[in-house]
Amino acid sequence: MNILERLESAPAGAPVDVRIENVSRRRFLQQTGGLALGLYLSPLLTACGRNAPGDATRAVDFEPDAFVRVGTDDSVTVIAKHLEMGQGTYTGLATLIAEELDADWPQVKVIGAPADAARYKNLVFGSQGTGGSTAMRECFEQMREAGAAARAMLVAAAAERWNVPAATIVVDNGVVRHPPTQRRARFGELAEAAASQPVPKRVRLKSPGEFKLIGRQMLPRKDNDKTDGSAIYTQDLHLPDMLVAVVAHPPRFWAQVKNVDDGKARSMPDVAAVVQFQGQPGAFNGGVAVLACHTWAAWQARDALQVEWDDTHAFKLGSREIFARYRELAQKPGLVARDDGDAEGALAGKNVARIIEAEYEFPYLAHASMEPLNCVVKLGDGSCEIWNGEQLQTNDQDAVAALLGIAPDKVTIHQLYAGGSFGRRGNPHADYVLEAVSIAKGARAQGIQAPVKLVWTREDDTRGGYYRPAFVHVVRAALDRQGRALAWRQRLVGQSIRRGTAFEKSIKNGIDNSSVEGASDLPYAIPNLRVELHTPDDITVPVQWWRSVGHTHTAYSTECMIDELAQAAGQDPYRFRRALLANQPHHRAVLDLAATKAGWERPLEPGTKDERRGRGIAVHQSFHTYVAEVAEVTVRPNGSFKVDRVVCAVDCGLAINPDVVRAQMEGGIGYGLSAALLDAITLEDGVVQQSNFDRYPPLRMNQMPAVEVHIVPSAEHPTGVGEPGVPPSAPAVANALAAATGQRLRKLPFDTAALKKT
Amino acid sequence: MVDLIVNGKLLKLDAPPDMPLLWTLRDLARVTGPKYGCGRGLCGACTVHLDGTPVRSCITPVSAATGKQVTTVEGVGDDRVGRAVQTAWRDLNVVQCGYCQSGQIMSAIALLRGNHRPSDADIDAAMTGNVCRCATYVRIRAAIHRAAQALAA
Ligand code: FES
Ligand code: FES
Repeated sequence: MNILERLESAPAGAPVDVRIENVSRRRFLQQTGGLALGLYLSPLLTACGRNAPGDATRAVDFEPDAFVRVGTDDSVTVIAKHLEMGQGTYTGLATLIAEELDADWPQVKVIGAPADAARYKNLVFGSQGTGGSTAMRECFEQMREAGAAARAMLVAAAAERWNVPAATIVVDNGVVRHPPTQRRARFGELAEAAASQPVPKRVRLKSPGEFKLIGRQMLPRKDNDKTDGSAIYTQDLHLPDMLVAVVAHPPRFWAQVKNVDDGKARSMPDVAAVVQFQGQPGAFNGGVAVLACHTWAAWQARDALQVEWDDTHAFKLGSREIFARYRELAQKPGLVARDDGDAEGALAGKNVARIIEAEYEFPYLAHASMEPLNCVVKLGDGSCEIWNGEQLQTNDQDAVAALLGIAPDKVTIHQLYAGGSFGRRGNPHADYVLEAVSIAKGARAQGIQAPVKLVWTREDDTRGGYYRPAFVHVVRAALDRQGRALAWRQRLVGQSIRRGTAFEKSIKNGIDNSSVEGASDLPYAIPNLRVELHTPDDITVPVQWWRSVGHTHTAYSTECMIDELAQAAGQDPYRFRRALLANQPHHRAVLDLAATKAGWERPLEPGTKDERRGRGIAVHQSFHTYVAEVAEVTVRPNGSFKVDRVVCAVDCGLAINPDVVRAQMEGGIGYGLSAALLDAITLEDGVVQQSNFDRYPPLRMNQMPAVEVHIVPSAEHPTGVGEPGVPPSAPAVANALAAATGQRLRKLPFDTAALKKT
Repeated sequence: MVDLIVNGKLLKLDAPPDMPLLWTLRDLARVTGPKYGCGRGLCGACTVHLDGTPVRSCITPVSAATGKQVTTVEGVGDDRVGRAVQTAWRDLNVVQCGYCQSGQIMSAIALLRGNHRPSDADIDAAMTGNVCRCATYVRIRAAIHRAAQALAA
């Protein structure tokens, strides 16, 4: 997910706009009981009027929410401002802090930060939240400075205690030592004294040559409590007296409750209440919730509700009608997102040797995280407490505050693990959070004070909307007589994610960049290049960012079309791309690395007599990270196929945790393939046709290719890896299938019937 | 009231007989390792062992578990195979969001109990019922091989 325009406008690969406050404005929060050390940024505090710039370091009675604490028990606790939803943020943030603190890796544990934008805002977003593959990019300096300052205070405390110059003290693996006198102390022994040390005015950060943890292979993850059942997700949370809410949602988006017969539901065992709640059209759907003592009771009683729906304002079109409209729109000029040279002129000109036109169709996609959506809410008088795998704290605090008519800082959010999200938990409308709060509010009006856990079933989660928007692209491209790419005109048609949300400000001249990213910044040197966008505003299927956002579709159309051009020009698809990327060294580096490691120059080993094999390549930059993938496929006579192997090369700047980088490429490839091979959300008369994993099938073990990941060595500023593995996977496989069968698949998910041997 | 032996402990739980074992464990016994992913036997997130056999607890009524040993991921750490699997999982940093992993681990333990040197095809057959939306499959496969090696040593 990319939230701010700044994200897109920052030059790729440049040291990113992570602003580090000047050192004098940093201050430590000090905790009674000898626990130290936290570091936060002051400007927003100043803005909130809580503190003034230039204030001396102050002791604060209790300060749970800094970035690092050193306990007298020798523990180092990292307070993570980013959600851990699988992308390794806890491990990454801990690595940065532990590196500069010279902590012992096993002594470091990580907890989630509460909602508090003053301390925990994302420096790229300007508000608190996780997404857009920003975590390592925006925290690289901030977390290291936190660790370095904490280290300096421990050293100062030791220097004072031992009466030696600080410069003669060394720290490693959680031990502070003075070699000349052989004195030593563990962090815990110094924690209390360190807490009363002044905040260092300036800290020195290590140079890359001094790194011990950053860049280390196979550092154990900090969320390995997920292997023994002790990790707590929202689904696992139990509060005293808590009720579980299961909801009857409307079968069509934005329909409203007309009539409810809840007699049977209310009489069922363990049912505490039935709450009808209003939605906010365009943000979240209203419905009827059953509150019960446990999930199963609530679920059964929900199924016993008789609800009549008013479809007056409901969305009633089907996928077929939506795509027909999109195809029609794609024939007309749209708003211009990029215009180099004269694409129309060149396409009509006499230099043209060959024109290829292709229409691509991308369905709605559900995120289908393993943990269906859920949220725990406890309302007080003028306050609201939330437990959630929380992706957009500030956004959700504002939305909840508006719903309840209270101040945003009266909305407390506790961070828990999220069992996946892929963007879904960062809903710009705060949809499921507002639903949970609305239910708790309705229950309170009935006199029920108990905390409420909203639980969506898998069916609710699949049919609940906020999908990757459906898109149609039409690309018309031309080769000149020398076989060079001469012109390219691409039209994209699909809903805007940001329109009508708090993120609308970033829409410039009618162009939501998240609709065209990856196409409007096509890296290939094509002299005449025009990209146009249509954003239909009467299609009201709720849409949202889905792991790699616009790149999920733009990488596909652009990388498949480039492949077609190469073929039409009679050139090798790798070398054709390479030539057009002469001025794009990062693209070229990953392309070359992937091709070399995949053995591109060697012919692919043939399959059995009936099998056709093929190899395809794709390269794409997203979120400042460059990824190339080479896929190998084997196609059976009936058109079914296996992706045998994917070789991936990634340039994400300095790789903080190489193993996390590899894991994210592996997972991103699997996530992208699941969509390309298997998945579509389709509507008929406005009703979503899929509801569980039988008709929205996830990629499984037997379908997963072998994956090899190679990381381009780099000393550049780190960029993100949560999303960029996804975009090249589908086009690399499609290009491999074309190489094997001659068939170009232009509609997703793939229709294997087209690959049948004739 | 049902009597349930969960990880060696006898629990008396106020569950109707048709209540799925999954919700009995999670909401009544507060054993939350087994996860809800689909409720229809399609994803394996809820996998537990009944007398050592892996079952989908979301479609197993609690009445089918009475008198049997119910083992969840919380209860495998002291078992030789269980420990080997968990260790391999940690050594290879298998988890991402982790939500599927209790189920993956329970399926992997059952596989290794019956098959000391599973081939890739054996792993496909035993593990294809366990979905991982984070697609940690490459590492799950590697971790099963690694655990098998450790157990053979
Ligand atoms: S929750 Fe039981 S198989 Fe999915
Ligand atoms: S680790 Fe996220 S679903 Fe498997």
